[in-house]
Amino acid sequence: MASARKPDDIAVMRSQLGRARGLGSAKSGVHHWKVERITALALVPLSLWFVLEVLRHLGAPQPAIAAWAGRPVNAALLLALVIMTFHHTQLGLQVVIEDYIRNIRRREAAILAIKGACLLLGLIAGVAVLKLAVLAH
Amino acid sequence: MSDIRKADMVGTATNGSTVQRPLSPHLTIYRWPPTMLASILNRATGIALSAGSLLLVWWLAAAAAGPAAFAQVDGFARSPIGLLLLLGWTASLFYHLFGGIRHLAWDMGYLFAKPSLNPVTYFIIGLTALATLAVWLAAYLSIGS
Repeated sequence: MASARKPDDIAVMRSQLGRARGLGSAKSGVHHWKVERITALALVPLSLWFVLEVLRHLGAPQPAIAAWAGRPVNAALLLALVIMTFHHTQLGLQVVIEDYIRNIRRREAAILAIKGACLLLGLIAGVAVLKLAVLAH
Repeated sequence: MSDIRKADMVGTATNGSTVQRPLSPHLTIYRWPPTMLASILNRATGIALSAGSLLLVWWLAAAAAGPAAFAQVDGFARSPIGLLLLLGWTASLFYHLFGGIRHLAWDMGYLFAKPSLNPVTYFIIGLTALATLAVWLAAYLSIGS
């Protein structure tokens, strides 16, 4: 019987489970993938709506924009756009970071920083929309 | 095993013994097929849109803050750099949108057959150019009127 190549750095006695350990969670990947798709689906109509609305209000002064954004339906759609945008953004950037940053400490730090930044930016935009909605007359 | 990720490249030979599979060169060797360009463009435009989302936040926050703050965003958007960024943002948005729809179609099992891959790639690049042109033409016409 011909023996196959056995490079030195392979630990033959390791089980399949032992090899898989440390390569990442087998629990949260599906959820991440699914939410990325769901937020993408929501962003298809929301972003098209936003582009059309910006085109319609091109060159409009601040009071006109504030009045437009303050209307309940527009404010709700803007909030949905902001939430979906930043949720999708942090999921997407997380994958980019996981692909390119090797060092696990730097990788985790970068992911946390991205998630924190997305949360804060989303909150700022959300509070701005809420302010316009509440103060609208 | 010094590097745990090498476990990814461990395979089993036909006689049952463990072998280390080689990692073949890809990016540096092959001529880029359109699908490879489409894939990295989707990622690049996603990153560009992440940066562009800052403009959305600034715009909304300024609209909520008042006329003076809003005039600043408006001025930036009309500056040459602002217009260039907005153009890049528009193209990125449309590419990522159409590329994303392509991904959603794939996820449902459509358009994944080999003959449709390259035509779909050309189609979404063309559609991106058309949509970007249409938006900027509409913008130009509405500013002029």
